[in-house]
Amino acid sequence: MSAETLQDARRQIEICNACRYCEGYCAVFPAITRQTAFADGDITQLANLCHNCRGCYYACQYTEPHEFAINLPRVLAEVRTDSWKEFAWPSGFARAYDKHGVVMGSIVVLCLCVLIFVAGSLQRASGGEGFYAYMSHTLMVAIFAPAFVLPLLATFVSLRRYWVHVGGGPITLHSWRCALQDVAHMRDLGGGQGQGCNYEDEDRFSNARRIAHQLTLWGFVLCFASTASGTILHYVFDLPAPYGLLSLPKLFGIPGGLMLSAGTLWMIWLKLCADGGLSDARVRGGDMAFVLLLFAVSTSGLLLYASAGTGRMPHLLTFHLATVLALFLTLPYSKFVHGFYRLAATLWNADAT
Amino acid sequence: MTSPFDIIVVGGGNAALCAAIEAAEAGARVLILEAAPKPYRGGNSRHTRNFRCMHDGPLSVLIDSYGEDEYFEDLMRVTKGNTDEVLARMVIRSSQECLPWMAAHGVRFQPSLSGTLSLGRTNAFFLGGGKALVNAYYRTAQAMGVEVRYEAEVVHVGMTEGVFTHVDLKNGTQIEGRALVIASGGFQADLDWLAEAWGPAALNFLIRGTPYNRGVVLRDMLDQGAGSVGDPTQCHAVAIDGRAPKFDGGIVTRLDCVPFSVVVNKEGQRFYDEGEDVWPKRYAIWGRLVAAQPDQVAYSIIDARSRDLFMPSVFPPIEADTLDALRIRLGLPEETLHTIETFNAACGAGKFSPQELDGLATKGIMPAKTNWARPLTQPPYYAYELRPGVTFTYLGLQVDETARVRANGVPLANVWAAGEIMAGSILGEGYLAGFGMTIGTVFGRIAGREAADHVS
Ligand SMILES: Cc1cc2nc3c(=O)[nH]c(=O)nc-3n(C[C@H](O)[C@H](O)[C@H](O)COP(=O)(O)OP(=O)(O)OC[C@H]3O[C@@H](n4cnc5c(N)ncnc54)[C@H](O)[C@@H]3O)c2cc1C
Ligand code: SF4
Ligand code: SF4
Repeated sequence: MSAETLQDARRQIEICNACRYCEGYCAVFPAITRQTAFADGDITQLANLCHNCRGCYYACQYTEPHEFAINLPRVLAEVRTDSWKEFAWPSGFARAYDKHGVVMGSIVVLCLCVLIFVAGSLQRASGGEGFYAYMSHTLMVAIFAPAFVLPLLATFVSLRRYWVHVGGGPITLHSWRCALQDVAHMRDLGGGQGQGCNYEDEDRFSNARRIAHQLTLWGFVLCFASTASGTILHYVFDLPAPYGLLSLPKLFGIPGGLMLSAGTLWMIWLKLCADGGLSDARVRGGDMAFVLLLFAVSTSGLLLYASAGTGRMPHLLTFHLATVLALFLTLPYSKFVHGFYRLAATLWNADAT
Repeated sequence: MTSPFDIIVVGGGNAALCAAIEAAEAGARVLILEAAPKPYRGGNSRHTRNFRCMHDGPLSVLIDSYGEDEYFEDLMRVTKGNTDEVLARMVIRSSQECLPWMAAHGVRFQPSLSGTLSLGRTNAFFLGGGKALVNAYYRTAQAMGVEVRYEAEVVHVGMTEGVFTHVDLKNGTQIEGRALVIASGGFQADLDWLAEAWGPAALNFLIRGTPYNRGVVLRDMLDQGAGSVGDPTQCHAVAIDGRAPKFDGGIVTRLDCVPFSVVVNKEGQRFYDEGEDVWPKRYAIWGRLVAAQPDQVAYSIIDARSRDLFMPSVFPPIEADTLDALRIRLGLPEETLHTIETFNAACGAGKFSPQELDGLATKGIMPAKTNWARPLTQPPYYAYELRPGVTFTYLGLQVDETARVRANGVPLANVWAAGEIMAGSILGEGYLAGFGMTIGTVFGRIAGREAADHVS
């Protein structure tokens, strides 16, 4: 991790500890006031606890041009990115993601389109129904199972490194309950009193980001449930796709897809309005690419449903699967990991309070 | 008259904003003229954290009750009776309805901050502090159509026969209006003016708040015969970290280590009882004490045992393993060692108890240290440089209960004042935590309403 960034974060945190005016905004400040000295691990933990709501920036009497130059949202974002890169596994991959998110994302999608299309044409002769007329289910699983499991494994290794670095111990059931509740409600995006973030319009409080993020998160969870229920229907009940409108995969998938598309689109809009100087400029492109990729996944999935039985279907299928594959393959090295780290940081914090 | 504005408000802090919002709510066309650029808008109000609020029962974040008489007694104690009882009681009574008004206009409150529990009953803390409050008021005011100009320093108030007609800005612009609210704070940022009262020593003072409160309009009004209140030679000063910026260091430069330390001046001599009382009751006198020392500087020295007994401050202390090394690092004479040895020898046995007056006193030295007198023996040793930090000045404009300014013995037809610039009537000396914002809110609102009434 960059020693300079850490040192600047430490300097700012020490000023906040002497001030404490922002104590009511989020979990970061109460965590600061529990200590008087801040080791690198403490700062990394605080950084992962921050969710860039910016309340503390607009409330701060010491932002530039003041010589104290407080910009906690930015410096914590920088430490956060540094920590994800530091703990990424295998370490060599970490460099891939920070500056070139957009480029990398598109390349992955492109390669995968070609790859899957070729694989698909090879299988076409075998002739199934619906989706599987174009790609056998076994081939899909053969590609997707490892593409799903390996990134999760890599993320798990990273999180373990993080946990050691911040000095985390065994997690109690109580901590799990508190942390999952916080995440489920996105409590920290509420600004302490439910008034929301200072995100898209300077110091105006709004819940736009919280709602957009909830749509994205829960939309994603529903899409995931859709896929999972499809897999179970296929293997356990021997009911292969396509599924009717009232089947579980569709009941999860359609609202989930709509939520995810709307949420990501909204997030992109909010990100475009927000002041870039309060986040980590190095990963702006990468972050945007991640949200775009999510949008592509859900939107192509919805279009796929709509295109059943038409000639566009095979192309949409390939595209959709490619975006899903790209999303999971880049998971440990993209903005995707923020969710895992935030959960870890929230668990750590629940344990400390 | 062709001006698009009915009411001109001079200043952009709490009092100005409260006045502007009330006036706009009453339908007036209001212009705020703020001397500071936008990032520094809000004067000293941007540094505040709470306001003192009377309440007959639990109210918002405030617990129990805090009645008018108790509040007034607290005020009498700090001002030693130097207050206008009618105005003071009016402010106290009005404070109760201010809290909901503030909340309705965007201010958010939080329970008292960690380390300030003693204020949990009397003071309502602003979520995010004073700058968040100021931001909320600017949003509210602007949404109501109030126009705001930054970097718009008023240098002269134009009056004809006791009637306000226009203001002149530093950039040469002249703006006409039908009523004026002056809420431009004190004059503490004008060091030369402070030097008139304090002598050249004042040039070494640090100013805790905004550099824009230079008293330009106050002087202009006094020159035009406005009635004054408050002692022109007094200012409220506390001892703060000597390494603080010249202006705008705000809350984080405060130091709470004095009661647990030995304080010496540049000559290595002690000069006052460091343990006279609990710190919240004594911190305000240390500004003057330090101001009276050579070069207006002093050094608060502790040993390792006291390191974590007070709120952390913004700069790390100066540190050394021996007292001699520490004094050399501080540039203090050898005499310092002798002072500390004498102090150490004068400390007796007894129980040290940092949270209360423990009566652990020195024997046989002058000045004595009457509480928390524990010898400095445990390395490493730490020191903080202390300098006087000025919070505000007392001299201001005389007003009546309607916030109206007087000149040459008669009330002016259309000029009102609110906030620090008139607080001297009520806070003749001393200071009561959170009372500055209360005065500004109460009088700001009155001034806004009265001015709007006048122009409607
Ligand atoms: C570090 C610090 C902490 C404090 N904490 C508290 C607290 O917690 N609670 C409390 O009650 N009080 C506190 N105070 C005192 C409090 O700040 C003041 O009592 C209060 O802010 C006064 O409000 P005001 O609107 O009168 O003045 P200010 O907020 O100072 O506003 C004056 C405004 O006038 C503008 N101005 C000045 N001259 C001109 C001109 N010529 N033309 C145009 N504009 C001009 C300034 O730029 C400024 O915007 C604190 C003070 C300091 C320094
Ligand atoms: S961000 Fe600024 S106002 Fe908030 S606690 Fe830190 S120093 Fe204080
Ligand atoms: S940006 Fe928001 S979450 Fe992060 S430290 Fe500031 S107030 Fe807390």
